[in-house]
Amino acid sequence: MIEQILITIATAATPLLIAAIGELVVERSGVLNLGVEGMMIMGAVTGFGVALTTGSPWLGVFAAILVGALFSLLFGFLTLTLVTNQVATGLALTLLGLGLSGMIGEAFVGQPGVKLAAIYIPGLTDIPFVGRLLFGQDPLFYVSILLTVGVAWFLFRTRAGLTLRSVGDNHGSAHALGINVIGIRYLAVMFGGACAGLAGAFLSLVYTTQWIENMSAGRGWIALALVVFASWRPLRVLAGAYLFGAVSIGQLHAQALGIGIPSQLLSALPYLATILVLVLISRNRRLTMINTPASLGRPFVPDR
Amino acid sequence: MRIELVRRPQHSALFSALSPFIALGLTLVAGAIMFSVLGKNPVEALYYYFIDPLTGIWDPSNRWQLHELAIKAAPLILIAVGLSVCYLSNNWNIGAEGQFIAGAIVGSFIPVVFPGFHSWIVLPLMLILGMAGGAAYAAIPAFFKVRFNTNEILTSLMLVYVAQLFNDWLVRGIWRNPEGMSFPGTIRFSEWAILPQIWPDSGRAHWGFVFALVAAVVVWFMLSKTLKGFEVKVLGQSPRAGRFAGFSSGKVVFFAFLLSGALAGLAGISEVAGPIEHLNEKISIGYGFTAIIVAFLGRLNPLGIVAAGIILALTYLGGESAQIAIGVSDKAVRAFQGMLLFFVLACDTLIHYRIRFVGAPAMKAESGKAGTA
Repeated sequence: MIEQILITIATAATPLLIAAIGELVVERSGVLNLGVEGMMIMGAVTGFGVALTTGSPWLGVFAAILVGALFSLLFGFLTLTLVTNQVATGLALTLLGLGLSGMIGEAFVGQPGVKLAAIYIPGLTDIPFVGRLLFGQDPLFYVSILLTVGVAWFLFRTRAGLTLRSVGDNHGSAHALGINVIGIRYLAVMFGGACAGLAGAFLSLVYTTQWIENMSAGRGWIALALVVFASWRPLRVLAGAYLFGAVSIGQLHAQALGIGIPSQLLSALPYLATILVLVLISRNRRLTMINTPASLGRPFVPDR
Repeated sequence: MRIELVRRPQHSALFSALSPFIALGLTLVAGAIMFSVLGKNPVEALYYYFIDPLTGIWDPSNRWQLHELAIKAAPLILIAVGLSVCYLSNNWNIGAEGQFIAGAIVGSFIPVVFPGFHSWIVLPLMLILGMAGGAAYAAIPAFFKVRFNTNEILTSLMLVYVAQLFNDWLVRGIWRNPEGMSFPGTIRFSEWAILPQIWPDSGRAHWGFVFALVAAVVVWFMLSKTLKGFEVKVLGQSPRAGRFAGFSSGKVVFFAFLLSGALAGLAGISEVAGPIEHLNEKISIGYGFTAIIVAFLGRLNPLGIVAAGIILALTYLGGESAQIAIGVSDKAVRAFQGMLLFFVLACDTLIHYRIRFVGAPAMKAESGKAGTA
């Protein structure tokens, strides 16, 4: 029973974690991409469509990653090359993604999807209590954990990670040192897009295995909030994602038990929790001041 | 080939007037490509999108379509005018959809709870309550921003989901019409609670459109002719300069949010007291988000926003007629609107920068010259 609950929490937390880790890298490079929701839903519709037509969920996953990265390039071209306002452009990416995915996905409404099967290792998965939790979840769960640890290692233990953070903290100085600010930001934005696409594929290939319009239901925005909540630290994103997973699974269980609270009010809990957490974290101005990438959202035009 | 930006010594007046039109032109081209990919005749599709809804201008039998255009444009203009004040002052309120719903709910209080209250005062009270509801809902992210430095983008957006769910609960729960055959929605408003139509002879456009025009003119005046407008713009462009001038950024945050919330709330109550005539679960069809596109297409100028609101309203109507006439999915509308915002933002770059293409082609030209010499 407890194992089952923990697994469902992991299922709810994984898409948030993947998308938030991607956005964390983007923001660490000094770019605020508010288009996570749009890239995620594009990933979801692509993953679903490709898996449905080819019958291979893995092809769907790779296509979703690719489309997420390509879609983010649109944002990158506008904000990095044409130096448009990042907030407005991110919103545009979300609106475009929601619109396009609705149009593309119209053919998939009501179709039974293809599920990315959970892994099974004879012997290990059958261990009582912890077997399924540790060795029997869907493959993307392990990807999300590896991604978190990998990004933490990359950002704080490698030279390239230091370069990326320097670009995010002071793009002027980084440029003066001969670092290719725009190039690094393009790579970061594409990584964020790939992650959001993967998170979307998780939604349509693991979480529900069907296509529903607007199925990301604000998860992209919650992922953005998680990055702030985690004060731009990968391991804190992991903790935050599981906290949110627990809240959303908790409200689902409460709905199922029928404890007399209207279902809509319970459904609002994850969003209310996001607001509460954002308020609590931003009250501590020193914490956010220290960790926020200093160039976040600021436009950069190299002087020549 | 690389694209390089060269900052103009001062912003280009020419491009600041032209950029919305260039963006519209590019959107039409991209839209034509999109329709071709969907296997539709692009010329025909664009005709149904942008010309067919306007045939009422010369054809009296289609005059009702102009009324429908005004009905769709009214909430877009009202909301976008408020958003322009927010965005000019660097307050990223993206939760207008929630404030729209809040206004609709609070404004519906009297006709739903006191259906027997018949008086001329009902309608003005509803409009005031609607504005108060929208403003109060917008005050939440403003308060968090001023008091706790919380990111207003995320809080205002999260409140949209909360408002949608709350409205859903109301119209399926305590406010549901007991005679509604289990359809969600409140009772139909009494005639005292319905917004009158402007010219009932030719169509059902209601006074919401007039509110929108008045709001646009008033806010335009405020922004361009008053100290308050100056304060809004200075704090938006340079908070430091604003503080030195003695402007309070906290007060302007509240001002921008309350104003845009009130206008979104007015749009909400005008929608339920106008064309819908009761509150139901489907009132939220994304006006609050489309209004963001309207605000930018209008270059954050309330008078430009009136034109932009009509253009975006056209895409809604055109989407319907294109669906009926040639079977283009109604989902194409939102993709179309999203593309438009992209092109608007990209074209705005031309105002501040000259774009230079450098790289391979230029090199070739140079080496060619060297060869002939």
